[in-house]
Amino acid sequence: MENLLTIMIFMPLIASIILAVFLRGEDRVSRNNAKWLALVATVATFLASIFLYAQFDPANTGFQFVEDRPWVSGLRYKLGVDGISVLFVLLTTFFMPIVIGSCWEVDYRVKDYMIALLLLETLMLGVFCALDIILFYLFFEAGLIPMFLIIGIWGGANRVYASFKFFLYTFLGSVLMLLAIISMYIEAGTTDIVLLLNHKFDVTTLEILGLSVVGGMQTLMWLGFFTSFAVKMPMWPVHTWLPDAHVQAPTAGSVVLAAILLKMGGYGFLRFSLPMFPFSTDLMAPLVLWLSVIAIIYTSLVALVQTDMKKLIAYSSVAHMGFVTMGIFCVNQQGLDGAIFQMLSHGFISGALFLCVGVIYDRIHTREISAYGGLVNKMPAYALVFMLFTMANVGLPGTSGFVGEFLTIVGVFKVNTWVAFLATSGVILSAAYALWLYRRVVMGDLIKESLRTITDMNSREIVIFVPLAFMTLLLGLYPSLVLDVIGPSVEALLVNYETGLMGASDSLTQVIRH
Amino acid sequence: MNNNSYFGWTESHTIYDISQILFPEIILAIFAMVALIAGVYGGKDKASALILWITVGMFCLVAFYIGINGAETNTAFGGSYIDDSFSRFLKVLILLSSSVILIISKDFMIKHQLFRFEYPILITLSVVGMMLMVSAGDLMALYMALELQSLSLYVLAAFDRDNVKSTEAGLKYFVLGALSSGLLLYGASLVYGYSGSTLFSDIFLSAGGGQISLGLIFGLVFITVGLAFKVSAVPFHMWTPDVYEGAPSPITAFFATAPKVAAIGLFARVVHDAFGGAVSDWSQILIALSALSMLFGSFAAIGQRNIKRLMAYSSIAHMGFALMGLATGTVDGVQSMLVYMTIYIIMNIGVFSFILSMEKDGKPVTSIESLRMYSRSRPGNSLALLVLMFSLAGVPPLLGFFGKFYVLKAALNADLTWLAISGVLASVIGAFYYIRIVFYMYFGEEVEGLDKTTPIFGQIVLIGSALAMLFGVINLFGIEAISEIAARSLVN
Repeated sequence: MENLLTIMIFMPLIASIILAVFLRGEDRVSRNNAKWLALVATVATFLASIFLYAQFDPANTGFQFVEDRPWVSGLRYKLGVDGISVLFVLLTTFFMPIVIGSCWEVDYRVKDYMIALLLLETLMLGVFCALDIILFYLFFEAGLIPMFLIIGIWGGANRVYASFKFFLYTFLGSVLMLLAIISMYIEAGTTDIVLLLNHKFDVTTLEILGLSVVGGMQTLMWLGFFTSFAVKMPMWPVHTWLPDAHVQAPTAGSVVLAAILLKMGGYGFLRFSLPMFPFSTDLMAPLVLWLSVIAIIYTSLVALVQTDMKKLIAYSSVAHMGFVTMGIFCVNQQGLDGAIFQMLSHGFISGALFLCVGVIYDRIHTREISAYGGLVNKMPAYALVFMLFTMANVGLPGTSGFVGEFLTIVGVFKVNTWVAFLATSGVILSAAYALWLYRRVVMGDLIKESLRTITDMNSREIVIFVPLAFMTLLLGLYPSLVLDVIGPSVEALLVNYETGLMGASDSLTQVIRH
Repeated sequence: MNNNSYFGWTESHTIYDISQILFPEIILAIFAMVALIAGVYGGKDKASALILWITVGMFCLVAFYIGINGAETNTAFGGSYIDDSFSRFLKVLILLSSSVILIISKDFMIKHQLFRFEYPILITLSVVGMMLMVSAGDLMALYMALELQSLSLYVLAAFDRDNVKSTEAGLKYFVLGALSSGLLLYGASLVYGYSGSTLFSDIFLSAGGGQISLGLIFGLVFITVGLAFKVSAVPFHMWTPDVYEGAPSPITAFFATAPKVAAIGLFARVVHDAFGGAVSDWSQILIALSALSMLFGSFAAIGQRNIKRLMAYSSIAHMGFALMGLATGTVDGVQSMLVYMTIYIIMNIGVFSFILSMEKDGKPVTSIESLRMYSRSRPGNSLALLVLMFSLAGVPPLLGFFGKFYVLKAALNADLTWLAISGVLASVIGAFYYIRIVFYMYFGEEVEGLDKTTPIFGQIVLIGSALAMLFGVINLFGIEAISEIAARSLVN
């Protein structure tokens, strides 16, 4: 199976083409056919990824399942996974059937919806598997088109503003990355990520408009990548598109956005910024650490005062992503392990929380916190599920949220105790907003007239939540499941980083000596 | 090129040789004259459809004839006509795009009582002009070719002669075009005065070697201004939106495609063949033109409500990108410009074939608001237009991205970092108005939509160009290799 990755990546695309070409009609039957076909395709993709994972060898720190074919203009169609990316691939394929299941009740342009979601899956998988930097950019950027349409067509009242903001913000971030990518291509003469990982980019100080740029080209390239990934993450202060996009997106869109799309930024930092630009990463790490801490505290405080549930969870996502960037830019084993773990666990938790909001939104059609209260009386199962994920969001030991936050704080403690101290306060704040949200929505007496007839979760919804709850608890209780897979690759990354850093400082001192 | 300077007037070229080398132009010119006579004596407009189809056939045959020619370089008239891979690449592009435009415009012209037999003939004459333009190797040949093309275009702009806007467009285009021709001619006379020759290869010798006289620089600047007017680069773009809006839609489609290719091809020809030794002198002018065009084109399009005006500003911005490739002064740059123009032409033909089908109550409409919820009534068409719009915005994996990629790569390779940065920023701003069209088609409120017109050729072209945008990602249809050969024959 030397082209397993290609098969896996393009399976959803083929399903979407079948949908687009062969499925006609707007009636109930054809809508159901579209949903079933999408579900089958995503489940098949998931099975393919399980097959991939079963054959994956964690001890091997190189890229596995590599496919390499020439493409246009010296670019290559090259795919492969290593310990860092394989779990993101699994996360994506795991989530898509759940996402399809979550929009079973949608009846507006179902066929188009399914096509957009399947297309998005292909593009997301491509991002995590691409080993050619232009191919990566292609998948990374193309994801904007289906997401723009998902928010714009199936979104809420203010969807136009949100979709435009989402598109233009992320597009602006990534065109600067494109320039950095082209500069890398010109300097290294290749777009192959494996070769670029071992290329030492120039660090001679440059003069630009009278300012001397320490680290020269490498810092400029780092900045190009940083703008893109920081917007995608999103980091403070370029996070403002996320709450808008989340609030206006349909439930499925929010889940994909929170669970997978945000992880592309973190993946990008791990794949490009750290190993390719070690000198600039070392230079900029303190700045990123402080930005992350500001994100953690500021967005947690903002989350406290939200009146819209989705907005609250969106801000909490930004805060949790702050832990990820913090962990990544400690550049030590605990920090990186923690960051990857936090990304995976945040995928499950925030995805589940958005689904929780979706459950009651489907019934009452409002996301205002004040419209709810006392749901536990009518929806005991829902209250249980919501509690589990609220606790996981807070980072309760035993859930996956704890492991990620703990590891990143340990990692940063070794680098900067002040940052660690302030980040810990973010954990307390997250408990405050999450528990308060839970109290206002679920606890108390059921006094609202509109909630009298509300029904508990149906079996479809329970089926959707079971795997998520299972994963959250499993990873919380047995984190080695993830850490054993990523460990060797992270170690290799750190070694590569250290040698790159040494090489860069050597070349700098040589320049000074001559 | 400088190496054909030995082709003097004394070089004995027989009539036979010349007719061999100029065969495509000669055959088209003769065809135009025969068709004119046939049209006049053959009962006027009855023959128009026949003439149009014969023209299309001629264009395709000639394009095929040029396309199968080898990579050798021939010159005629002592070097004032150059037939090389570069000109052949552009000629094929011009001929094929013009024939597609002719095909898709037929239904529109018949429907709106504009279909007269002069239409295909005028197009043929301007195409002959364009083919001579990209082959020009002498300032005289350049000017004559340019005027043959321009005069036909002025008439075409005013083709809807009972319509005030169309005649106004023709007049505006004529007056401003004449002004630019005057500037170009003045520049040409200065260049002749200071270099002593009108032949590009001789000018190359006197402009090369690092030292370029002030008079030549003045001449160069005036010629550049004249040519910038033809490619509608900012700040010489003022005519574009008005002419695009006023001219009948099929003619706007024509303006946006073939003449742009010819003008930028001529531009490349002049700066490389005549001033190839003074790259640093002209590249700064091109950098300014390119940056201004990209930024202005993108900003000004934001406020447009008329899709034809919008496409006018969009073409200004796209020309800015093509000029970015040219401004590098390298083989890469010319190659990226050729790739960019090819992709631009395919996209524009697709969009215009859609614009031609925009009708409400039997009348052509051009406001983008009329596209509201178009996806409900015509899902296939809107999907195709969506693909084209994202491609125009340069979003991967569509072909439009690859055009930008090549240009940006050439620019960064030539250390034009600031130009590249302004280019990508302009493309973000540009993305706003392209996706606004998507917004109207998919998210807007439902209104009484457009008529369900089905011009069959328009449909084929629209869908075809959208598919080209999608499948081009596989290997760019091989234009990369061809354009490289073409670029190498121009620059060395």
